[in-house]
Amino acid sequence: MSAAYLLRRLAAILIVLLIVSLTVFSITQILPGNAAVMILGEYATPAQLQALELKLGLDQPWYIQYWRWFSGMLSGDWGVSMRLSQPVAALIGEAFWRSAALALASLATVTLIAIPLGILAALKRGTIVDLVIGLFAYVGTAVPEFVTATLLLVFLAGPDRGFLPAGGFAPLSEGIGAALSHVVLPAATLSLILTAHIARQVRSEMSDVLSSDYIRAARLKGLSERSVVLRHALRNAMAPAVAVISLDIGYLLGGILVVEEVFAWPGLGRLIIYALQNRDLPVIQAATLVLAFTYALSNLVSDIVIARLDPRVRYA
Amino acid sequence: MRELLRHPTGLAGAVLLAIIAVMTIFGPLIAPYDPQQFHPLSRLQGPSVAYWLGTDQFGRDILSRILTGARSTILFGLGATMAGVAAGGAIGLIAGAIGGAVDSLIMRLLDGLLAVPDLLFTLLIVTVLGGGSGHAMLAVAIAFMPGLARIARSTVLSVRTREFVLAAQARGESPAYVIACEIMPNTIAPIIVEATIRVSFAIMLGATLGFLGLGAQPPSTEWGLMIAEARQYMFRNPICVAAPGVAIALAALGFNLLGDALRDLTDPRGRR
Repeated sequence: MSAAYLLRRLAAILIVLLIVSLTVFSITQILPGNAAVMILGEYATPAQLQALELKLGLDQPWYIQYWRWFSGMLSGDWGVSMRLSQPVAALIGEAFWRSAALALASLATVTLIAIPLGILAALKRGTIVDLVIGLFAYVGTAVPEFVTATLLLVFLAGPDRGFLPAGGFAPLSEGIGAALSHVVLPAATLSLILTAHIARQVRSEMSDVLSSDYIRAARLKGLSERSVVLRHALRNAMAPAVAVISLDIGYLLGGILVVEEVFAWPGLGRLIIYALQNRDLPVIQAATLVLAFTYALSNLVSDIVIARLDPRVRYA
Repeated sequence: MRELLRHPTGLAGAVLLAIIAVMTIFGPLIAPYDPQQFHPLSRLQGPSVAYWLGTDQFGRDILSRILTGARSTILFGLGATMAGVAAGGAIGLIAGAIGGAVDSLIMRLLDGLLAVPDLLFTLLIVTVLGGGSGHAMLAVAIAFMPGLARIARSTVLSVRTREFVLAAQARGESPAYVIACEIMPNTIAPIIVEATIRVSFAIMLGATLGFLGLGAQPPSTEWGLMIAEARQYMFRNPICVAAPGVAIALAALGFNLLGDALRDLTDPRGRR
């Protein structure tokens, strides 16, 4: 992987951001009622509105407004939330790390469960174990996050069964137990769909690899089953698995919106839903951009990992 | 069709979808009660002979509500997907068939849009248009467009250089003829497969929007909305939320299974 390749990928991410920012900007432009009306309320006098529009630059043509906003985003000036009267960058910065903690906990769970499940299903192909895992994989991908979340709440966090807190967030400073107990349900919800999906992909990759010539050769050489599976087969099935996981990060980022809302997890997802409900334009715009940037960046990282795992993959 | 029913996954999907289809078409007719009828004396009851799946916080019969709600949930999924396929398919077809700078420009735009998660994209559009089933359906269709356009384009590219297309071009057929009569028919199968699987996503997205209060509005018995309305009472009668949840999952599962079976049958390389 050359430096030129990395530079080109980073440039591509910038283009993606440009497109997303234009889309989000135009969507928020056509929102009924402009920012001045939203800030002052419906009963403001026309003179007040005009004064504020002038101050916010709403009288300028759209491309000047857009440029002012986008260059502000790039230089770190993300504006001020209309409803929360706080700098958007600070709001998003705080929420982002909480969401990242949740997302990483989910990804770790998914990786630890889905990959072994997929391997197991491939090794026991055609047996009852394979069937059960396959069934789980199908059912798992068919349950939307809000349903999983609601059902987990009913059965694990009910008033008479209070095993786990029904929602909220506890920072690490309140002790690791409290912090973990708050993560369990939202992370489990986010993990279900992804685990099901990734286990299925790993199974099919692994089945392909296990029936390949070089695995037969390794077996004929008399290598132990353990060494065949872990050293020869798994290595070759990993690159496609990482590719699937990286694509699924898109789902994860979408799922975070619902899961944080249901479990009152004060992260980026909940902030976005709040901003959408309250038409808080600067927050909607910045948060969407941050989410798209995260997704694009995670795709780049996974491509680098894939290149490391599979020496045949070369990026020029 | 017969091949599909012999395929175990396809059979399971077909059976599930047959049940769902009956609910969608005849749901309101076979529902034992009026789904809006309050039964104040039997609120939040468990399953019984009178109410097979129990009752909700107003004493409304849950089974009847699920049976009538099938229509809005399923039609939402089908409608949103079909609109998305039509728009995305057209864009992908044009980009793939024209090629060159137009193609790269369209693909760059689509790549950008794909970086926004479907749900967030949908929420943004619904915020602009305002809530309600119709708007939510349109929003899901728009959010599906980039992904479907990409798939349509890649199938077009794989077909475009095949002999029969080149032959038609050599015969001097117009570009419109080549696209409509030679390329398009050969891109239908992969798009149908993708669309079938997307219906399950559309159903899940639609239910999620209903749950967030941005999709179907009361008094609709859309399943996501049912869960949202019953949430406050879920600890007293879990069936209030579990029954519509299971219904959503079964509908999504049906389309998933069918789509996978269709993929196996239409793409011989995919058979494992």
